[in-house]
Amino acid sequence: MLVGFLILLLFQLVGELIVVLLGMPVPGPVVGMVLLLLCLIIKGEVPESLRIPSEALLKHLALLFVPAGVGLMTHFSLLKADWLAILLALIISTGLTIVVTALILNPSAKKLHQLERE
Amino acid sequence: MEFWTFFSAKPLLWLVVTIVTFIATSWFNRRLGGTPLLHPVLVSLSLIIVFLLLTGTPYETYFEGAQFIHFLLGPATVALAVPLFDHFERVKKMLLPLLLACMAGAVTAAASAVLVAQALDASLGTLLSIAPKSVTSAIAIGVAEKLGGYPSLASGLVLITGAIGCILAPPIYRILNVTDEAVKGFTLGVSAHGMGTAYAFEYGLMAGAFGGLAMGMTGAFTAFMLPLLIPLMGIG
Repeated sequence: MLVGFLILLLFQLVGELIVVLLGMPVPGPVVGMVLLLLCLIIKGEVPESLRIPSEALLKHLALLFVPAGVGLMTHFSLLKADWLAILLALIISTGLTIVVTALILNPSAKKLHQLERE
Repeated sequence: MEFWTFFSAKPLLWLVVTIVTFIATSWFNRRLGGTPLLHPVLVSLSLIIVFLLLTGTPYETYFEGAQFIHFLLGPATVALAVPLFDHFERVKKMLLPLLLACMAGAVTAAASAVLVAQALDASLGTLLSIAPKSVTSAIAIGVAEKLGGYPSLASGLVLITGAIGCILAPPIYRILNVTDEAVKGFTLGVSAHGMGTAYAFEYGLMAGAFGGLAMGMTGAFTAFMLPLLIPLMGIG
């Protein structure tokens, strides 16, 4: 558990370092995730010590968004002025995004299922 | 009131308040059949904001405690590699359609949000903060900063987008007849980042893994795409 958590932190650290060194506009943890994935593919399995803290963190992923979300309280005046534009923009654009993404991907999933059945 | 003066300045109090509120709202949400309309994150942050306003506590004081939770976003993002690896074979076969879906989804999300807000006369700061709304907070904050928007507003809009995505996805899936777990998860990850991913885990581990993949791909792609798209749209 402790070793697994350390592995997560180390990959994040390396990710942050790469981002800073290369001046990439990508967050360090995302680079760390890609690196960890590559290492797991090379290794061919997930060590149990890594799986336990990873699945524990992901199970409670939603909680981790609360502190940043409370930061909305610092933008009340802007929200008051633009709330209708923001709300409509978010609803329309999120709905469109779901439709576009699902429509592009849906035929491929069906094809893949046919391949698996053959 | 002396104990309040003492404890309200301690990080421990705000850490406990955040976790207790989240456990309570999660329990409440489950009792109501898991409706995304009262998503535990949105209910929690609303309750906490009201509590902070009533007690006259500044956000900075609150964050001194809540930062210990906020910090875990980093390792949790790295941890997404584990479920991704578990389904790597499936990801490999579908890489091309996944990339295509991610790129189309990311451009749709940013362009349509900015166009609608612009048509409704939103301020420039709002436009630049709304552009990265479909990507995970960690990325959206950095992107908004680079574009000249407000990072904390961006992170709030990201959350509201996440809740909207969780509300809109199930009915849209029914209308479009989307039944595949991987497609459901990936679409949630593209449109609603980590909140969509968390929601996708309720469809199953595979949906969650694809949600995480989509969140990572969409975040990285958006970070490169937005600095090009925003000048093309004539703002910024």
